[in-house]
Amino acid sequence: MALTRRYLHLLRPVFSARLLTTASTSPISIETSLPFTGHNIDPPSRSVQTSPHELLSFFRDMALMRRMEIAADSLYKAKLIRGFCHLYDGQEAVAIGMEAAITRKDCIITAYRDHCLFLGRGGTLLEAFAELMGRKDGCSKGKGGSMHFYKKESGFYGGHGIVGAQIPLGCGLAFAQKYSKDDNVTFMMYGDGAANQGQLFEALNMAALWDLPAILVCENNHYGMGTAEWRAAKSPSYFKRGDYVPGLKVDGMDALAVKQACKFAKEHALKNGPIILEMDTYRYHGHSMSDPGSTYRTRDEISGIRQERDPVERIRKLILAHDLATEKEMKDTEKEIRKEVDEAIAKAKEIPSPDPAELFTNVYVKGLGVEAFGADRKELRAVLP
Amino acid sequence: MLGVLRSKVAFRANHAWGLEQGLRAIASRAFSSSTKETMTVRDALNSALDEEMSADPKVFVMGEEVGEYQGAYKITKGLLDKYGPERVLDTPITEAGFAGIGVGSAYYGLKPVVEFMTFNFSMQAIDHIINSAAKSNYMSAGQISVPIVFRGPNGAAAGVGAQHSQCYAAWFSAIPGLKVLTPYSSEDARGLLKAAIRDPDPVVFLENELLYGESFPVSAEVLDSSFCLPIGKAKIEREGKDVTITAFSKMVGYALQAADILAKDGISAEVINLRSIRPLDRAAINASVRKTNRLVTVEEGFPQHGVGAEICASVLEDSFEYLDAAVERISGADVPMPYAANLERMAVPQVEDIVRAAKRTCYRSAALAATA
Repeated sequence: MALTRRYLHLLRPVFSARLLTTASTSPISIETSLPFTGHNIDPPSRSVQTSPHELLSFFRDMALMRRMEIAADSLYKAKLIRGFCHLYDGQEAVAIGMEAAITRKDCIITAYRDHCLFLGRGGTLLEAFAELMGRKDGCSKGKGGSMHFYKKESGFYGGHGIVGAQIPLGCGLAFAQKYSKDDNVTFMMYGDGAANQGQLFEALNMAALWDLPAILVCENNHYGMGTAEWRAAKSPSYFKRGDYVPGLKVDGMDALAVKQACKFAKEHALKNGPIILEMDTYRYHGHSMSDPGSTYRTRDEISGIRQERDPVERIRKLILAHDLATEKEMKDTEKEIRKEVDEAIAKAKEIPSPDPAELFTNVYVKGLGVEAFGADRKELRAVLP
Repeated sequence: MLGVLRSKVAFRANHAWGLEQGLRAIASRAFSSSTKETMTVRDALNSALDEEMSADPKVFVMGEEVGEYQGAYKITKGLLDKYGPERVLDTPITEAGFAGIGVGSAYYGLKPVVEFMTFNFSMQAIDHIINSAAKSNYMSAGQISVPIVFRGPNGAAAGVGAQHSQCYAAWFSAIPGLKVLTPYSSEDARGLLKAAIRDPDPVVFLENELLYGESFPVSAEVLDSSFCLPIGKAKIEREGKDVTITAFSKMVGYALQAADILAKDGISAEVINLRSIRPLDRAAINASVRKTNRLVTVEEGFPQHGVGAEICASVLEDSFEYLDAAVERISGADVPMPYAANLERMAVPQVEDIVRAAKRTCYRSAALAATA
């Protein structure tokens, strides 16, 4: 609650990435705005250990994610991004809080709302925008698109288009971690829509039977596409749906609460097997870019959440309250971020589309010299290496 | 000095003579059928699994009843005792769940062998086979490879009815990113399963329940633990010059029987054991048809969009001028599998169907003879 030290005012005036490296890592204790609710488990304390450095980096990283998603909106409307584009703005605290609690050896797997999680795992803006625009230096070389971002070396396993599939896959990652005796966990993210999928319960049953280090994270933004949670789930208490599997309900708009919950969940999963975290969060955009997001919810609801619970604003207020930076410094940071994003987009626009030969690459790891055909097999064929 | 030389030459000559005798003895032993080893397909699969699990600690087996029950068809017999419950996992009856878990573990770098009790149940998990496994290497531009094997019995058994008798070769073989193998003999079973487990891509391994108990001769080479067959290469089971008959799995046996019957009528049939449906050995098939000028494709599965349709198209595209007759397809009947024995017999290819079609390509069918 109270600051233990106030060195930071000596180190200002410029709050930039440079300042982040000099910001204090001395501990601050902050209470989460809401308590945790436990299901078959005692919830962790509301008192979260953080530091000025962490809070400043939370602000910067969330503001960056926010800016990236808003820029993607414009690119989509300019037809530079095609197909599906599912935006995460509003939900940034979940990605950021989780990263603060785990390492890159822990795994994360999610569905298609994956841009910000990719960034959190160390993906770059350039790789993200290039992939969204289908260019050859995108993180999936332009062959995946918005829903198929991956970064295996940082423990990010995608990027999946089929609702619910990522849960058994995530339990498989956890299985492999246990099999390999790695002392790590897997966080598998899904929405309130996916929470009713049968394969979730199949996988959860096996995770519980085999004590897998599996953490199921329901990012409950209260709408499965256009269907409100109470219209899709007889019981929308998703943290309780695991029955014999313990659960925790978390304020998903509070990055510190998310961090505390993920830290708690990791310790639990390594010792006791699966646990469910329900993050109470919200998406400002519709389900995807083809959904205005207003036919099934009111504009008042959206602006209400933005005013009362916005995750970036919450951290901004905390930083100001603890005198870790000034208003101007934070505004300057946001300007920097905007510039960073604009530059990345400009660079991404220069990157060419993949070479036509890439149509036939990566079908297999080992192509065995087999022939593959294009639309007119007498016109277009290739040998798979 | 000459004496020494003479004795040296004599010694060498004696030595060489001994070696030759020895070699002749070994050769006669190898060709003598009384000492030839045979092995059931079941044992072939079991030994292949055992050897690959022994060689690579990342290989593990997962499926219903694979552990304590020793395998629904005893293919995984003894593996639980040998490798323990961490590497031989009995799953609940939840195909979508455990197939997904298998694929996820393959993402991380393990090498799962997921058993479907029959491939009819794979339909519950088909999203994971196709969308999570087959397409991942492509969508991730090579970051996420999936070294998984999905194996189990495929196609008709005996009297198990419509929901337990479908052949899935055609469906899975349509998917870029999958490899689909169909062993026939014990040699096929050993070599192809080992190749599948070692392969870095997702492999669908279609066995046949009625073949599990059949014995086939196996050479020392096949029995060696390093034995492996190449994926994507068919085998000419029987050479011939008048008509090419392609087949896979159980139908290879039927095709060979048909070839014996045709031989008595002076028709020399070349029987190709496809072994691999994806990749399909188009080169071998076309080379054979260019030699024989006639083609009969045989499969157990449904006729529409079947494996035979693809083979016929390939031959028409690549070897049209070589054909002396229309291509012929023999397949399962276009009906769900009936239970009654007489109807079931009509719903799957019989040897006489293959013989009849082969004769048609040679313009030797009984009906034509009558009108001539």
